[in-house]
Amino acid sequence: MIRLILKRIALSVPLVIVVTMLTFVLNNMAPGDMAATLLQGEGSNAQYEELRVKLGLDRPVLEQYGDWLGSAAQGDLGKSFFTGESVVSLLNQRFWVSFSLVIGALILCVSVGISLGLVSALRGGFIARAVDVVSVAALIFPSFWVAIVLMSVFSVWLRWLPAVGYTPLTENPRLWFLGLILPVISVALHSITTIAKQTRDSMGDTMNRDFIRSLRACGIPERAIIFKHALRNASLPVVTVIGLVTVSAISGTVFVERVFVLPGLGSLAVEAALNSDIALLQGVTVYFTLLIIAVNLIVDLSYGWLNPKARVE
Amino acid sequence: MTDAVQIDTPAVPRVAGRPNLLLSILLRPLGLFSVLWLSIVVIVAVFAHQIAPYDPMQQNLLAIKQYPSAAHLLGTDAFGRDILSRLIVGSSGTILGVLQALSVAALLGISLGVVAGYFGRWVDRAIGVYVEIIMALPNIIILLVILTIFQRNMSIAMIAVGIIGSANTARIIRSATLGVRNELYIEAARITGLSDLAIIRRHIIPRILGPITVQLSIFAAISILIQTGISFLGLGVQPPFPSWGGMILEASVAINDFPWLLVPSGLTVAITILAFGLLGDSVRDSLAARWTHTSTPQKQRAGFRAGTTSQQAFDDSAALSVRGLTIVTRKDGVEKALVEDLNFDLAAGEILGIAGESGSGKTLSSLAVLGLLPAGVEVVSGQMRFSSKTYDLSNTRALRPLRGQQIAMIFQEPMAALDPCFTIGHHLVEVIRRHTPMSRAEARAKAIEALAEVQIADVETVMKKYPHQISGGMAQRVGIARALIPAPQVLLADEPTTALDVTVQAEILDLLRESQKKRKMSVVFVTHDWGVVADICDRAMVMYHGKALETASVEDIFARPSHAYTRALLAADPHAAPIGERLPTIQDMLKEGSR
Repeated sequence: MIRLILKRIALSVPLVIVVTMLTFVLNNMAPGDMAATLLQGEGSNAQYEELRVKLGLDRPVLEQYGDWLGSAAQGDLGKSFFTGESVVSLLNQRFWVSFSLVIGALILCVSVGISLGLVSALRGGFIARAVDVVSVAALIFPSFWVAIVLMSVFSVWLRWLPAVGYTPLTENPRLWFLGLILPVISVALHSITTIAKQTRDSMGDTMNRDFIRSLRACGIPERAIIFKHALRNASLPVVTVIGLVTVSAISGTVFVERVFVLPGLGSLAVEAALNSDIALLQGVTVYFTLLIIAVNLIVDLSYGWLNPKARVE
Repeated sequence: MTDAVQIDTPAVPRVAGRPNLLLSILLRPLGLFSVLWLSIVVIVAVFAHQIAPYDPMQQNLLAIKQYPSAAHLLGTDAFGRDILSRLIVGSSGTILGVLQALSVAALLGISLGVVAGYFGRWVDRAIGVYVEIIMALPNIIILLVILTIFQRNMSIAMIAVGIIGSANTARIIRSATLGVRNELYIEAARITGLSDLAIIRRHIIPRILGPITVQLSIFAAISILIQTGISFLGLGVQPPFPSWGGMILEASVAINDFPWLLVPSGLTVAITILAFGLLGDSVRDSLAARWTHTSTPQKQRAGFRAGTTSQQAFDDSAALSVRGLTIVTRKDGVEKALVEDLNFDLAAGEILGIAGESGSGKTLSSLAVLGLLPAGVEVVSGQMRFSSKTYDLSNTRALRPLRGQQIAMIFQEPMAALDPCFTIGHHLVEVIRRHTPMSRAEARAKAIEALAEVQIADVETVMKKYPHQISGGMAQRVGIARALIPAPQVLLADEPTTALDVTVQAEILDLLRESQKKRKMSVVFVTHDWGVVADICDRAMVMYHGKALETASVEDIFARPSHAYTRALLAADPHAAPIGERLPTIQDMLKEGSR
């Protein structure tokens, strides 16, 4: 187990380096550097040169990268070009909003998705067809459009839920919860049907396997066969899908946080992009990459837990 | 070179030309819809400025937020601009973006995927690393970075989308290529000296056209989502210039008083994405229809249900007695009998062999006793008499209480019969506690006893092992132990030794014989091996094509087989064949017999 974790972490280091180096190299290739972008065509040549030196843009790209990597390794991701605040503290401020959003979406789509998948695998009929129809709908409407529609129905028209903004959990738990309902649904909607379909398919396959027949022959009740044996065996591909769904939920925060004006990592990334704040974007990139690595690690670990054959011996 | 072509051409499955494929897509309603819609969108995108009824940027503050009317077919927005015109002009950016992303993803993804699948080895591994790195990236964030660095240049962003999409495309094309690559005609083409490039171009690409189009249409749908998303975030096409995503953003500002704005933009995006999805589906279905011929399913079940039931009385002295068992399968609406009007009796304490070729219906007959037939196969008629009760074999639910408790079963693939996620001990404890409620510890002690009874050494270790960690012979012992735990009166053994080594076979047969004697069980022993019948059975029933041909004591079957088929089957026993000669087949024997 420990070895698996260490191996994953060892593999993720080059990944983080490749990703961050990419941003530096691209930055260097781009026409007009960050200093010019920040000055927006104003300011004298001297001001421009001064800003270049201040931002460290006058040095070779590898040297810049080496410096950045050195401090990154010590937990310092530099300062925002735009506000001058520490990138790490900006990211940490925003982390918990996105975290609640993604975890909420996961709880929703895993519980509803697996239940729908189970029912449609075992009963078929109406629910199976409904899952198909809804999954097409969830696939073709952009998540941000669905979010706006939900907001106009439940917040503007029915006035059941707050429209925009975020209340910290510590301030008012009720408002925190109510404010997260629509964003969570918007992030989860697409994933619910993805998980439901995967659960349906792999339950269908598993129920046809030999050991199900022999459990039946031993007189094990159908309920135990489905919920204990079949579900456990069918869960492996579902876990893979849950991993993918988590990654797409993390990306989904970029749009949904924007619609509901939530101060999370996703909206921070968009603000950084709108302000051409490369330093902040680099920090966001590192954060998101680490999050995805963590999700993949958790998926790997649960594989080992669920499937004895996959356990490292 | 020409020779090579002639040699390998006949083996290539026929792929009809493009016009044919297009035609079969257009013949499907959804295919026709998607092709029509996408053609309209593309034409509109190309001639946007000529088609648009108004200037998309022309404001008219006297006509703001109007619902659809004759003058403005889709209404006007918050600045009084014509929504239809803005959608039309906005389509250019979306279509251009999709084309940019799609061509990069297609070019990179297909070539990398085919090369990785075809050449394998280090090429495959190198491309695998590329795919894995890209798939592990936070794609949206990378796009934001690129948009920032390249000052919101949409073309560069969409090319980046193409590069990101090439990873998944390559992954899917690679596995499609792997599937084709190992086929014999590819090998033949290689041996005849056709160059790799020619093989890929002429034999691989045409065969994987299906997965390619499906994947690319899904990717096209995704690129629309991304293109609109970028404009929605305000990082793409800059207002007041129209874009689909930008229009959704404008709609979101006006939801308080004019939610209609959400409808035209949202539906246009959704329908276009849907059209790409349906296009992929239609291509897949059209290609699939060409490889396999499917007929429309229709129900024809009346045939076997009535009339064929046997009227023969039960044998009340028997431990188990089956009358008029008919099992059918339904495929593409056609009903086919797998077992027809089968009768048999299992005397108390006897071992009855059911012998026959594969497909003779012997396994299905034994499964039907416990209502364990696989999906798509069912009992249409049949009665069973067991411990002075009569059961309708087509009523699976009524047979459930018998399972395990009174009639147990062991199977041909002992390893597959165990749940790979649970230990051997767990399997046994579960069955023990199911039949007699007791604590886990007590059940564990009983499980150890049960394993010892089937002569497993080192029981404690075996209890902790998972199915994949034990041998086939061991797995069958576990299967027997598990079946015998509730002390059933009848044991159904479905070819329990077929999958095992010869020496292990003999041990398992000994074990079964001993257990049967000790417990005075009745056993149905399904097998195709005459040696096993002679070794263990008291009586044997010979089955052929779903019917019982004859039932007699083992001595009579071997000494005086009454049916020509039984004689043929006996003579086909490879144990009896003279060494060095071709093994006799049933066909040989039946021919001889009819002479």
